[in-house]
Amino acid sequence: MDISIIIFLLGGLFLGWSLGANDAANVFGTAVGTRMVRFKTAAIICSIFVILGAIISGAGTTETLGKLGAINALPGAFAACIAAGISVYLMTKAGLPVSTTQAIVGAIIGWNLYTGSATNIKVLITILGTWVLCPVIAGLIAMGFFTFTKNFILKRKLHILRLDAYTRTALLLAGAFGAYSLGANNIANVMGVFVPISPFTDISISSFFVFSSKEQLFLLGGLAIAVGVFTYSKKVMFTVGNDLLKMSPVAAFIVVISHSIVLFLFASQGISNFLQSINLPSIPLVPVSSSQAVVGAVIGIGLLKGGKEVQWSIAGRITIGWFTLPIIAALISMFLLFILQNIFNLSVFI
Amino acid sequence: MFGLKSNSLFSDTKKLEREIDGFVDILSEVGLVFKSIVPTYLNHSANGKFDEMVEKVKEMESKADKITKEVEHTLYEETLIPDARSDVLRLLEHMDELIGMYQGNCYHFSIQKPNFPKEFHQDLIELTETVVNCVEALCLTVRSFFRDIKSVRDNGHKVTFYEKESDIKFSSLARRIFDSELPLDQKMHLRYFVEKIDRICDQAEDIADEVQIYAIKRSV
Repeated sequence: MDISIIIFLLGGLFLGWSLGANDAANVFGTAVGTRMVRFKTAAIICSIFVILGAIISGAGTTETLGKLGAINALPGAFAACIAAGISVYLMTKAGLPVSTTQAIVGAIIGWNLYTGSATNIKVLITILGTWVLCPVIAGLIAMGFFTFTKNFILKRKLHILRLDAYTRTALLLAGAFGAYSLGANNIANVMGVFVPISPFTDISISSFFVFSSKEQLFLLGGLAIAVGVFTYSKKVMFTVGNDLLKMSPVAAFIVVISHSIVLFLFASQGISNFLQSINLPSIPLVPVSSSQAVVGAVIGIGLLKGGKEVQWSIAGRITIGWFTLPIIAALISMFLLFILQNIFNLSVFI
Repeated sequence: MFGLKSNSLFSDTKKLEREIDGFVDILSEVGLVFKSIVPTYLNHSANGKFDEMVEKVKEMESKADKITKEVEHTLYEETLIPDARSDVLRLLEHMDELIGMYQGNCYHFSIQKPNFPKEFHQDLIELTETVVNCVEALCLTVRSFFRDIKSVRDNGHKVTFYEKESDIKFSSLARRIFDSELPLDQKMHLRYFVEKIDRICDQAEDIADEVQIYAIKRSV
């Protein structure tokens, strides 16, 4: 494989690392923040299931992202990934939980603008629509789960210690599901731009099993996410777990499961096909923001408790971050494309 | 797997549940023994039954101390109930102090042998019964904190009720003692005992108030 290809792929791996540090922290943030699950345990489970989700179910959202703007040259994909990674890093430094989803969409639009390629407005509207829907759905799911769980616990009169044990187990299972959904939904952000120009070839292990070039890319992206989880997510986990709303361990579980369901809904080809088969509008397979899902779920619970405990100033800052991030990513993307094209004489589009 | 000892988690949980239940049982039982100790002392202060009962209270107190240490150790070792751990441990320590107060009263009776004239016997027994009822209500409050958070308030209210009853009985008995013809040193001595018994109720009420705060913190 050409060394330049490896260098360009590093852009995606950097973004994968950002995703691991930031978005993956959302999955187990409340669990680790409430000290119900050890960081090491969370990191191991998260890494395994993110990789599984990426390889097994990552294709759907990648297709949608490809429709937004098909970056057709490796240096272009490299610039988009680096731009997204840098913008996520800057926002993380500012203490705002953002997502690679918003960043990569901004970066792709930056590529479209720079190269004069058309942005598929219909797909863009679908993506932006899901960004509004995602926190709302997560909030509603969290409210429903919270009410049900609270009543269930009060009715069953579980001992505080037994409830603790059940909550821990539930947090681990929900976290594994969340990590799987994150891998399935968000791998497109990391490796999606490389799919049309994948440097890998299909590997046939036996006549029954083919490890496609796309799956190889997703495995690589999944590994980068795992590195991000292990190296940089701890601090973010504690921020997510404690800052926005002081949460009980049960509430932490509800946040994790609500976030996971939302991510799964927007990544599951099966559910989408099923809805279509019964003549219902299908769910668009769109990479949604795990941060938005988590914040939506936390605010949902906060509202159910009367809304007084929610730190609205922090919620406001987070929302502003969501608007700012795609714009910053687009600008950095255009700047990097300019540098690559004019200083390094690389072709950023065909 | 993954550093998670799921079997150990559930077995530790069950063991701890039993230990905490056992601890509350001890507090309740010590109260019941104390309820018998006072009339036993007043009626047969010289015979061996009283000493036997004091010894029993001592044994139960040691057992309670051992459970407190074990629970503390397991809660921290296994990082269980991180959000309520310090509350639970403080609660057990304060209940242990209550057991200590029962034991202290028994020792004081045993060592100082206060001479309660017959006319005060019934009042002292009634005060003791109210105090024990108060602690019984506390035991229910504590049990509901662990299992049935909705009942904490109701049971806590019972503790307050018995504490007020105890105050009334204490004032009435103290007044009667000081209105009597007994020498002042004996009056002071008897007042000391009555006051010490009544203080158990004050401590129980303080703990019940604490539990109600913990319950609010524990709400899902």
